[in-house]
Amino acid sequence: MSDPTVAAMALTELPTRQSFFKPHRIVLMAIAAVLVFCIVWFMRWDWVPKYSGRLVYGVGVTLMLLFVTSILGFLLAVPIGLVQVTGPWPLKMLAKVFCTVVRGTPLLLQLWLLYYGLGSLFPQFPEIRNSFLWPYLREAWPYGVAALTISFAAYEGEVMRGAFAGVPPGELEAARAYGMSPFTVFRRIWLPRAIHRALPTLNGETVLQLKATPLVATITVIDVYAVVSKVRQETYITYEPLLLLALIYLCLTALLVVGFRYFESRIPTRGA
Amino acid sequence: MADAGSLINWSLLALDPPGWGGVLLGGLWQSVQIAIGGYALGLVLGTGGAMGKLYGGPVTKDLLEVYTTLVRAVPELVLILILYYAGTDVLNRLSSAAGWGPVDISGLAAGIFVIGVVQGAYSTEVLRGAIKAVPAGQIEAARAYGMSPLQIMRRITLPAMLPHAIPGLSNLWLIATKDTALLAVVGFSELTLVTRQAAGSTKAYLLFFCAAGALYLMITLVSNVLIGFIERHYRRGMPETVR
Repeated sequence: MSDPTVAAMALTELPTRQSFFKPHRIVLMAIAAVLVFCIVWFMRWDWVPKYSGRLVYGVGVTLMLLFVTSILGFLLAVPIGLVQVTGPWPLKMLAKVFCTVVRGTPLLLQLWLLYYGLGSLFPQFPEIRNSFLWPYLREAWPYGVAALTISFAAYEGEVMRGAFAGVPPGELEAARAYGMSPFTVFRRIWLPRAIHRALPTLNGETVLQLKATPLVATITVIDVYAVVSKVRQETYITYEPLLLLALIYLCLTALLVVGFRYFESRIPTRGA
Repeated sequence: MADAGSLINWSLLALDPPGWGGVLLGGLWQSVQIAIGGYALGLVLGTGGAMGKLYGGPVTKDLLEVYTTLVRAVPELVLILILYYAGTDVLNRLSSAAGWGPVDISGLAAGIFVIGVVQGAYSTEVLRGAIKAVPAGQIEAARAYGMSPLQIMRRITLPAMLPHAIPGLSNLWLIATKDTALLAVVGFSELTLVTRQAAGSTKAYLLFFCAAGALYLMITLVSNVLIGFIERHYRRGMPETVR
């Protein structure tokens, strides 16, 4: 996926403070304030205190899933991107097929394939049942983490391929001329430059990953989406929990964007 | 029971009723219909949205900004739930207020609506970027010739922006085909949900999920071939290295 598409699908920038206040915005904000007041006043929010503990726990699980799968996925994406640029052709083909298959099928299907498919296959092998992994394999979250990691690795691997290919060859030649070993070149020059190039897209991909996490609720992982679904089942309230859920995700996305902006500002760039 | 021969029972995929192949293909057809409908609705919303964001008044711009911000920051699954329930609820209330009694909204129409609204925000952003890539001088020249805004749109902006928009729009088409799977969560029997039903009743989970994956992959690969043709057609005469 190209950068503009990621930016079109994931929020990657926030409004700036200057140029925010304009005359017509005061009217719009007044209307919005009335709307928010109506939502708070006329809709039912009495369930929030009762479920607040579980909601916080759910947000924690969502963030945990996001960070664990993004970091693991990124660690997988680096070799996937690298072998597509400079690798023997069997590895190149393998990485390409992996990316095509994972990006060509819905995440929900992959999740169900792992959870129901592999989950129903594992108990048939006594070796697996007797291994130390079995208590974990009976739970749902390893399958959720695996599916989200694989998906992130495939999308980000494609981004890293472009980033590795885009590092100017002169810089790599210069590093080699200094007598650096191939691994040193990779560690000092190639990888940092590629990550620098990939960072804006990484921001968008991470927001997309956040938007993908609620799918794990369909395999009984209790994230914030699952907590809200539970609230809806128990209280028969249709809209209020969903609105709160949308607000929570909006805040989480904003936090991610702010975090990435901080990282990007830390990296020195050559400015005119 | 775990010998290799019985693990794969291909007759389960037969097209006729003891097999589930026909059901899967039916689900695939539903998915494709929703994807096409939602994508088309999204394109219409996106064209309007991009125009509004670039040339609209300050209030229009702000409202569209709120729309695209919300859709880009909230998971599709949550949006689909909200739109699905709110959309059907509002329609029902409107029709009972008009005295027609409750209307029965087909799952297909609801699915197209929710996918379309989500796609509309994405394609607003893609098209806005593409329109901004059209050199301003070309549009000024058209204005100097005395063309109306609609004529400028039809003769200059749309044809000139298409090469810039096609990579993004083709990505959005692939996203639309995959987003249809999310409708399984609201109980619409598209490919992913019928696959789960088939797998659940036969216990052949791996076989059915892999078969559905192959069908989705087939949509993607066929689309990629078609997109390649379209892209080559609309990029003719443009420098090769622009990508």
